[in-house]
Amino acid sequence: MIQVRELKKAFGAHPVLNGVNLQIEKGESVVIVGRSGGGKSILLKHLIGLIQPDSGDVMIEGESISRMNERQLLDVRRKFGMLFQSAALFDSLTVEENVGFLLGRERKLTPGQISARVQEALEMVELAGTQKKKPSELSGGMRKRVGLARAIIHRPQIILYDEPTTGLDPIVADSIDRLIVRVCQCLDVTSVVVTHDMRSARTVAQRIMMLYDGRIYVSAATEEIFQSKDPIVHQFVNGISNPKEIYF
Amino acid sequence: MKQPVAETLSGLGRLTIVAIEAFRSIFTRAIRWSDVIEQLHFIGVKSQAVVIVTGGFTGMVLCVQTYIQFHRVKMDTATLAVVSVSMCSELGPVLTALMVAGRVGAAMAAELGTMRVTEQIDALRTLATHPIDYLVVPRLLATLFALPLLTAESIAVGIAAAYLVGVFLLGIDPAYAWYNMLRYTGDVDVLMGIIKSFVFGGIIAIIGTFKGLTCRDGAEGVGRATTEAVVSASISILITNFFLTVFLTRLLVK
Repeated sequence: MIQVRELKKAFGAHPVLNGVNLQIEKGESVVIVGRSGGGKSILLKHLIGLIQPDSGDVMIEGESISRMNERQLLDVRRKFGMLFQSAALFDSLTVEENVGFLLGRERKLTPGQISARVQEALEMVELAGTQKKKPSELSGGMRKRVGLARAIIHRPQIILYDEPTTGLDPIVADSIDRLIVRVCQCLDVTSVVVTHDMRSARTVAQRIMMLYDGRIYVSAATEEIFQSKDPIVHQFVNGISNPKEIYF
Repeated sequence: MKQPVAETLSGLGRLTIVAIEAFRSIFTRAIRWSDVIEQLHFIGVKSQAVVIVTGGFTGMVLCVQTYIQFHRVKMDTATLAVVSVSMCSELGPVLTALMVAGRVGAAMAAELGTMRVTEQIDALRTLATHPIDYLVVPRLLATLFALPLLTAESIAVGIAAAYLVGVFLLGIDPAYAWYNMLRYTGDVDVLMGIIKSFVFGGIIAIIGTFKGLTCRDGAEGVGRATTEAVVSASISILITNFFLTVFLTRLLVK
């Protein structure tokens, strides 16, 4: 479903992605982990064409998107939903207008049908009844939920999550993780989550990929990663800042 | 030395691409008129106070200065004609555009810049919406409609204020002053002012939105984008005005 080949991207003289290769199958839940500033979010934004690569290719259902222009990409992006790190809700619009934004722009449904779909999406994220509120009136966790409702309302095939639990307390973070699992099961979608929160990764992932030094260092089933003896993986999974402390 | 020149040129190139994309979008995509009207309210209706004050006081000061010079050669009744011609073809459009650039251009850059920094522009793109269609086109259309109207308003207020000052304060004969004003102000002057304001409207909206869309990260980025929007738009207006005057004079005045 998603295939990335030899993806390279540099900002100025600083290379961020250094030949990333990966493949994600339909219906899979994949978590990409890695150090902060390691290029995880940049990689995620390449998958939906928000950033163009310097070289290499991104294929979505066999179709290369890395050489498409913005107008062509708009059609491809209908297959996607994306939850941003900051939720990125439009602050001039209400929750209802945010969630129903894409359907409103498409003009295929009547306002009544759109508001029914908005209600349905908000129920999915357990936030029914907040339609008339402005994003500034919501807490961090609620904003992420609204962001998720906005990402799933058009029933996408792939959902991308950029650091869904960053900046939330552990309990809210756990509720977001459970929500991600539920959305994945109910809507039968492919999920790609970028995070450095290993607890979150354990809940959400069927497979974990680790981005290290601008490449996918390892890609394996969740439990394999947690039991890995590889020093780099072990250091990251257990959050050890001094490599000398690693004992097996 | 190479770096700034290359950056300036690439910036100009990207600005041109945004402008072409915006005008293409106007003709090829469905326009959401509700968004245009909302912008028209902000750009047009709410700019009126600034524009009226600018026009009024410019007309008055121009009237006083012209009167002082003309009074020496006993040409008092030509004062209003000078005010009218210069308000219609130069001062009206240029000053209105500069004031609107300060108010509206800055607001566009700040709003779009904040949207970019908080990933709202990226969110828009993931929701299958082109930022040019949703953000630039309504602002561009609204400014193109609003600026000629604001300019006309500013010219009218300027002339009216000059008339009041000239007749009631300086004691110019109203009938002759009015007659001379109509005699020396041609349709061409008014037309020139309106054409200019249309062009200036395009400059303000394109530069304001472009600076917002290409804003750098953080509060500093938004601040810089806002300043650059006002400075670049103002300078572009002044430079374009010179060339428009030369070009339109050759084209319109026979």
